Amino acid sequence: MEALKDKLESSFLVFENELNGEGEGPIHTRRREAFERFVKSGFPTKRDEEWKYTNLKPVLKPDFRVFVNDENTVDFSSIKRFFLNDVDTYKLVFIDGYYSSWLSETTHQGFDICTFSNMLTKYKDVAEQYFGKALPENEAMASVNTAFAREGAFIRIKRNVTVDKPVEIIFITTDHGVATLAQPRNLVVVEENAEITILERHQSLSEQPVLTNTATEIFALRDSRLNYYKIQNDAKTASLIDSTAVRQYRGSNVTMGTYSFGNKFIRNNLNFFLEEEHTESHMDGITVIDEGQTVDHHTLADHKVPNCYSDELYKGIYDANAHGVFNGKVMVHPHAQKTNAFQQNNNILLTDKASIDTKPQLEIFADDVQCSHGCTIGQLDEEAMFYLRSRGIPEKEAKALLLYAFANDGLRNVKIPALRKKLNRQIAKKLNVNLDFEL
Amino acid sequence: MKTEESYLEEVTASEYKYGFYTNIEADKVPPGLSEEVIRIISAKKQEPEWMTEWRLDAYRKFLKMTEPKWPNVTYPEPDLQAISYYSAPKKKKELDSLDEVDPELLKTFEKLGISLEEQKRLSGVAMDVVVDSVSVKTTFKEKLAELGIIFCSMSDAIQEHPELVQKYLGTVVPKSDNYYAALNSAVFTDGSFCYIPKGVRCPMELSTYFRINEAGTGQFERTLVIADESSYVSYLEGCTAPMRDENQLHAAVVELVALDNAEIKYSTVQNWYPGNKEGKGGIYNFVTKRGMCERNAKISWTQVETGSAVTWKYPSCILKGENSVGEFYSVAVTNNYQQADTGTKMIHLGKNTKSTIISKGICAGHSNGSYRGLVRIGSRAENARNFSQCDSLLMGNGCGSHTFPYIETQNKTAKVEHEATTSKIGEDQIFYCNQRGIGEEEAIALIVNGYCKDVLNQLPMEFAVEAQKLLAISLEGSVG
Repeated sequence: MEALKDKLESSFLVFENELNGEGEGPIHTRRREAFERFVKSGFPTKRDEEWKYTNLKPVLKPDFRVFVNDENTVDFSSIKRFFLNDVDTYKLVFIDGYYSSWLSETTHQGFDICTFSNMLTKYKDVAEQYFGKALPENEAMASVNTAFAREGAFIRIKRNVTVDKPVEIIFITTDHGVATLAQPRNLVVVEENAEITILERHQSLSEQPVLTNTATEIFALRDSRLNYYKIQNDAKTASLIDSTAVRQYRGSNVTMGTYSFGNKFIRNNLNFFLEEEHTESHMDGITVIDEGQTVDHHTLADHKVPNCYSDELYKGIYDANAHGVFNGKVMVHPHAQKTNAFQQNNNILLTDKASIDTKPQLEIFADDVQCSHGCTIGQLDEEAMFYLRSRGIPEKEAKALLLYAFANDGLRNVKIPALRKKLNRQIAKKLNVNLDFEL
Repeated sequence: MKTEESYLEEVTASEYKYGFYTNIEADKVPPGLSEEVIRIISAKKQEPEWMTEWRLDAYRKFLKMTEPKWPNVTYPEPDLQAISYYSAPKKKKELDSLDEVDPELLKTFEKLGISLEEQKRLSGVAMDVVVDSVSVKTTFKEKLAELGIIFCSMSDAIQEHPELVQKYLGTVVPKSDNYYAALNSAVFTDGSFCYIPKGVRCPMELSTYFRINEAGTGQFERTLVIADESSYVSYLEGCTAPMRDENQLHAAVVELVALDNAEIKYSTVQNWYPGNKEGKGGIYNFVTKRGMCERNAKISWTQVETGSAVTWKYPSCILKGENSVGEFYSVAVTNNYQQADTGTKMIHLGKNTKSTIISKGICAGHSNGSYRGLVRIGSRAENARNFSQCDSLLMGNGCGSHTFPYIETQNKTAKVEHEATTSKIGEDQIFYCNQRGIGEEEAIALIVNGYCKDVLNQLPMEFAVEAQKLLAISLEGSVG
């Protein structure tokens, strides 16, 4: 870990030199402050309460290359499978941290769906207003991302606009023969009464270890609506650390779906900050993992004001020696009366080597609230098994069917039928079952 | 009609009723902590060599440790050097009947409503009454001796049953378990010791009362309960302490050993001085309680926590043997500026082990209550089963309630359920009662009582009554 820290420190100096005079602007000041925070805190260890169950050491061990200089080209046919093919979408494709205009489809008409670098030069006021303003300052990995923030997606939807089709954001890392670190940075601003649906995924085409340390800042202004889906189904050589922060304003409605099937290691830090009243937040997650995989979900619903609603549902199925972590935190500040906060985490372990550490946490300082959390770890219902088997369904299929139904709840807020289908197929595939129907 | 706020304000304004100070001359060691002090304590208690060594070993381990910072409480760190580690009522001599007990002391108990005579005559409860660290009176000892039950003070046990003490002391809570357990191991002055022989069902509830009396003395109690194969014992512990201005430290250790097929029921009612309305003074209650269950054994913890300025307490069960059962029932009430971080640990190691956790928190005033629990299912604990429920009831908007459940599972056959809710007393519930002619005060009493019922039901009769009384004092009038 120390080696990587040293490397990041020297890389940061190189990065600063490349900025050509922009090094004094307000944006870079924020980067520098973030980097100083990281230098001071270092990488999180198991001694940190937030990382109690997850050891970053092996994840950070490879000798990562921080900047990739040689450009590889990727043709559409090799990455076609990562897209939603049956629906028309806006596309933002990044290859090794650089925007690929060839594979993308962007727009500036009525709303902005473009790149982070574009935003930094074209909309300085936006950058100044929003960059680094959503992510919490005490998260080391998010600080590292902020320090190196240069490229990623920028999406801004103007007031009263409903975007006609979903947006797909895909980050591809190609093979460079060495371990690679990718640090995409996204900013999403949904203005008053606007609406949009976004899909995000990170894919590695490399045989080498890839660590993606991504960060996304989302601002949902008054009465806006946002659906954001993350598909985490990367190669087993890849690791992902995702820091996402959402700030919600009066009457906004945000749904965040996190679907994790792939990768060697995934850590999601998902923070919802409810800034104004009458907001609605949904967090859904499905995790189906097996051999050698770890998925760690950390969520926060920060109720600062009265009359907000948050609902969380995370489902997990763990096979082989998979390790799952769930830490859901609900904070209700004093005066945040009439808060409704719900949280549910259900898990199934399929083997004795698999393990799950879960910690649903409530911190409540207001009395007129309704908060609850539930957490279960268990097996499939034997009676349901018997029912299916008595109707001639073999044990393996019956089991898969029940698991499939168990996980399927997590798709309740997926509003694009094509995506739902894709995810359903993914779950079925991961559970190794062939279903000739769609739930 | 009174509004709920004004009512709450009124009921939470009442002062601690058990705040009085008995003037008994005490034999004290000058304040401070060092190997020297530990040797003095050990010598005063005429302990054998191995015990002195055991204490010193604990002290050396203690020196390498630091005070834990993770509990969700804030308080000025107690100055361990300012505490006198030994204080015993001076007129110590062997007593055979109650008449010989210092009348001052008897008056104290009377004020607490636990007058010895009455207890002895009416309830048939044997009590090992502890005032400032030394056991003054042990009742029913002879009666229990007939059954082979050993129930005495820890110091007597060290003298008379060294083999048992040596075999079990520190096996459940090791000397280096945590900062305060290490401190306790080094300087504990007294406590209770209980041994139930094979196949014996203890005919009465065993009970101790702890009181912190002398100003400026910390109380370091050490309790060891051993239930041999197929035996049963129900053990009660209750606490009240007089009003004190400076903070007093209480760092007790309780160890339970339930051998094959044995059952231990351990009930606590804790009502130490919680500090005044501004949060000044009050007891620090940092307790380590843990039980070890062998095959088919059962340990059940029941606690009603109403006192102390700062509580830090996690009665735990290690379910080592097959089919063993652990239970934890808790009501924690905090008011004014009290802070409580309490919960349990259920460590499932054996097959078919079961555990139940019911925790009810009630927070009022500016207090903070936390539930912190761990359920760990080891990889060999086939068919382990856990059910946890933690509910919090908030009264007024100055208080806070926190839940930190840790659930770690390494076995696919485990069934673990956890649920938690936080709410206030519903207006509709009060309205329903009002409608039927039940006044606001009574309605709140009714609802809080019903809310705690799951836990209060677990207490033995004598204690249930007292527990309700203590709840009533803590929330004054809101509990009947």
